Amino acid sequence: MTETVLVKGNEAIAMGAIEAGCRLYFGYPITPQNDIPEYMSKHLPEVGGTFIQAESEIASINMLLGASATGARAMTSSSSPGISLKQEGISYLCGSQIPGVIVNMSRSGPGLGGISPSQGDYFQSTRGGGHGDYRTIVLAPHSVQENYDLTMKAFDLADRYRNPVVILGDALLGQMKEPLIKHKYQKKKFPKDWVLTGTKGRKPRRLKSLYLSEGELTEHNWALYKKYQRMKRITMYEELYLEGAKLIVVAFGSVARILKTSVQMVRDRGMKVGLFRPITLFPFPYDRLEKISLSIRNFMALELNTGQMVEDLKLAVGHKKNQVDFYGRPPGSIPSPDELYNEIKKVYKKRIG
Amino acid sequence: MKQVFKRPEALVDVPFHFCPGCHHGIVHRLVAECIDRYGLRDKTIGVASVGCSVFLYDYLDVDVVEAPHGRAAAVATGVKRSRPDNFVFTYQGDGDLAAIGTAEIIHAANRGELITVVFVNNAVFGMTGGQMAPTTMAGQETTTTPYGRETKTNGFPIKMAELLSVLPGTTFVARAAVNNPKNLMRAKKLLRKAFEIQTNRQGFSFVEFLSACPTNWKMTPELANKRVGEEMISYFPLGIFKGETN
Repeated sequence: MTETVLVKGNEAIAMGAIEAGCRLYFGYPITPQNDIPEYMSKHLPEVGGTFIQAESEIASINMLLGASATGARAMTSSSSPGISLKQEGISYLCGSQIPGVIVNMSRSGPGLGGISPSQGDYFQSTRGGGHGDYRTIVLAPHSVQENYDLTMKAFDLADRYRNPVVILGDALLGQMKEPLIKHKYQKKKFPKDWVLTGTKGRKPRRLKSLYLSEGELTEHNWALYKKYQRMKRITMYEELYLEGAKLIVVAFGSVARILKTSVQMVRDRGMKVGLFRPITLFPFPYDRLEKISLSIRNFMALELNTGQMVEDLKLAVGHKKNQVDFYGRPPGSIPSPDELYNEIKKVYKKRIG
Repeated sequence: MKQVFKRPEALVDVPFHFCPGCHHGIVHRLVAECIDRYGLRDKTIGVASVGCSVFLYDYLDVDVVEAPHGRAAAVATGVKRSRPDNFVFTYQGDGDLAAIGTAEIIHAANRGELITVVFVNNAVFGMTGGQMAPTTMAGQETTTTPYGRETKTNGFPIKMAELLSVLPGTTFVARAAVNNPKNLMRAKKLLRKAFEIQTNRQGFSFVEFLSACPTNWKMTPELANKRVGEEMISYFPLGIFKGETN
């Protein structure tokens, strides 16, 4: 089943979800991700699935909680302001260890902001925008193909860790059209000894996050912590031109996509620049970056915000004599490859000469 | 000798945490009786809410998922749509259902979700220590209406059963009380009907139970019971607001 189609990034996510066995979708309209609910409303009934346009983002995430509690694969999608509303539900999903896939085709904030691309939700996604000491796995695609592939992966990771997975894209990744190579989802088996199906032949099960007995909550939080530590093994990233590089530029998502052209431009002019692209934002590839930083001393983060991922980069490589430079811009416009080229050139001149 | 009374099998044999004179225990028992009566113990998925009702999962011998505050009807929607052959119910208090969860209950009802909602209205926030609820009676003193609920500034006690009954999506909507044997027997019938509405796949069913909260009303259980009969029922009339009795 390898078929190439020309689709929007949002559609690729919806297609990947259905291919991965997602049969319930709950959402509330918000630009720039409406192609996802629209696609789901059209195609889920064809596979016997359920689409509900909920009364709010809050209701959507809680419908997902209910559906996922029964072991079904369910998804919700939204964009920044709507994702803020889902944070309560995400915290509960983490607390009760219920999986689920949450797509954020982010737009600009704060507040109503605008509908242009932004990476301003990095902190919200990776630090947990809701209450409590929890983490969600965060996947950051940078192409239509990756939207499709990582959505399938998101369902597996959610089931594997009984934890919500956030797909963090943006208006650019949702709205652009590219060729997509469709492929079959490889079905995997995950333990289902926790799902609610009725007690036939077994003892009752409870999915809950309230722990009031002495020591119970501490124990629960340690167990969650250990799970988040285990997630380190799923860290994903992309590296380009690291060999002999004097400066590593680091970016995720749409900025990384633009940056690939800019890096080609600086390299064509003889500057030894490599590119590092985190694909999992949680777990962030700290270990790999730290290892790289033992031989390469100069790093530069580029983001479509005023400085968020750069903090993780500093945590990873900000030791000894390493330099971490930053170029960020608030949402409102997208940088061209030329602009990023100029910014990299400036840093390269300053640090390397 | 014929046994005429026993603990329902769906009710776990542990002491309730509820205060003396609270009606939650009675309503729990009624739910358990219905689960037994219709043979639903191994197909039920309950949705617990936030408030005194949250410990539902300690008392009922069925699968239970805990919903965030107010979101039980949305969670139940997800459960039922995923598992249409299971019996799905929510158990919610007045803060949960009529304040923070108003949107969720109205839209679940309006979609005609095939769920059963057990709504316990005791006119006060119990778990948090007696603050004003949306159903607090006019003039009632609570910890956040120390001078009594002033309808001019706090609005009026909200009538959820009446409100939901006008939605075309609902099939059965009723209000009951358990303050005396007569009302209790009637309440039992109403809850049975609500269960049947779901098992027969007829639609959304809802039963509101007027309940006493002696602790937060600062009354003896006896006086609190009396208050349900004398003050609450006149404002929150009992009966069926939507649907048939048999």
